[in-house]
Amino acid sequence: MAGLSTRHLLGIKDLNRADIELIFETADTFKSVLNRPIKKVPSLRDVTIANIFFENSTRTRLSFELAEKRLSADVVNFAASSSSVSKGETLIDTVNNILAMKVDMVVMRHPYAGAGIFLSKHVKAQIVNAGDGAHEHPTQALLDAFSIREKYGDVAGKKVVIVGDILHSRVALSNILCLKQLGAEVMVCGPTTLIPKYIGSLGVKVEHNLIKALNWCDVANMLRIQLERQDIKYFPSLREYTMLFGLNKTILDSLDKEITVMHPGPINRGVEITSDVADSKQSIILDQVENGVAVRMAVLYLLAGQTP
Amino acid sequence: MQNLTLLDGQKFQITIQRLCRQLIENHNDFSGSVLIGIQPRGIYLARRVAEELRKILPESKIMQGDLDITFYRDDFRRQGSPLVPNQTKIDFIIEGKKVIMMDDVLWTGRTIRAAMDAMQAFGRPAKVELLTLVDRRYSRHIPVSADYVGIEVDSIASQRVVVSWKDTDGEDKIVLVSETQE
Repeated sequence: MAGLSTRHLLGIKDLNRADIELIFETADTFKSVLNRPIKKVPSLRDVTIANIFFENSTRTRLSFELAEKRLSADVVNFAASSSSVSKGETLIDTVNNILAMKVDMVVMRHPYAGAGIFLSKHVKAQIVNAGDGAHEHPTQALLDAFSIREKYGDVAGKKVVIVGDILHSRVALSNILCLKQLGAEVMVCGPTTLIPKYIGSLGVKVEHNLIKALNWCDVANMLRIQLERQDIKYFPSLREYTMLFGLNKTILDSLDKEITVMHPGPINRGVEITSDVADSKQSIILDQVENGVAVRMAVLYLLAGQTP
Repeated sequence: MQNLTLLDGQKFQITIQRLCRQLIENHNDFSGSVLIGIQPRGIYLARRVAEELRKILPESKIMQGDLDITFYRDDFRRQGSPLVPNQTKIDFIIEGKKVIMMDDVLWTGRTIRAAMDAMQAFGRPAKVELLTLVDRRYSRHIPVSADYVGIEVDSIASQRVVVSWKDTDGEDKIVLVSETQE
């Protein structure tokens, strides 16, 4: 049986459909492992993984760390804020120093797009991208698609709308690539200023009216407005954004059909999504988090299993 | 390639039935015992044995599950690519039970070691026994032996033992496959 076609997970771009399906099948098994009394398997007991985070994260870092520990890997954590990076050390030096301590894999989040790709060309370890700037966040896209597959049985033919700050979102790009690869129809929805000009070339529809977009879709993935990445004002006020693109219970109940609501987190309650929607039975936000661990276990297992 | 049939037809069925009788000798009505087949090929043996036991003991509840050992193998990172896991389906409690593990062929014993580890995730059994249809003698890499054996075979490493099943493969048969040298 063939494994993944890639040695690193830098982006969905590098994965073919067979890779994604292999990851999902493996994640299915890990999900059942996670529901056992003992949630740990010994597969990666001789593998050491460094989680290197140059940017803040709660879910992704915890999820990766749990996935690594459930696979019995040895884990070291590194946060740029408390490291020598602030003293002027370069990325390659930092990582090579970590690798000199016999680390096999690196899970990295970095504020700059392409940081993972750059690193994969200059260091020996296998790299897993846990988010690079506004570029890609492959494991998030995989767990989102996995959650849709779990809910509907299949991703192919499903209509998914991604709402919000598409311009600054690595989740959006990875999601589009992953969903398209699996045969879903994808639409993006948001203010004109937050939709990249040539997004249509990825084969997605564009809609600026939230109600129309929601009536079209089976699944709505509501993204956070990434104020930390916005150097200029892209819309007049958050209040106006919420009025035009925020999802509330009234809108949800007024739709012709029952759609599924997703959110990659962290949620800004009351901005892109209200509390009653986030906590409603149509929301699978917490299932996404649960699936995140199983999907990351699958990715790490499949990558680590390649002969060193 | 040379194929030597070791067991088929009625003799195969008699062997299965003998194994069932031996199990009944030690496990009475199976109230405290469970059968576990090891994925991928041991599950057919466990299903067949469970089916026969249900015929012999219609009053008893025979519990049978499938155990996947992929994540517990000791050759991870020693092959080209990782093995794709199979499903584990154990919908009963193992804690305090007598477990009869089953695999079609016992060869190096490494699968059984992995299965013992994998089983721990489901609780602490009172006792573990091993039943195998084919015991390839003198080929163990670790000290493992079976409590119940269908047939014993003397073979060399380059040979393979292939078990096929009536339900899935069309006929009951055990074949010793030897690669002929050019």
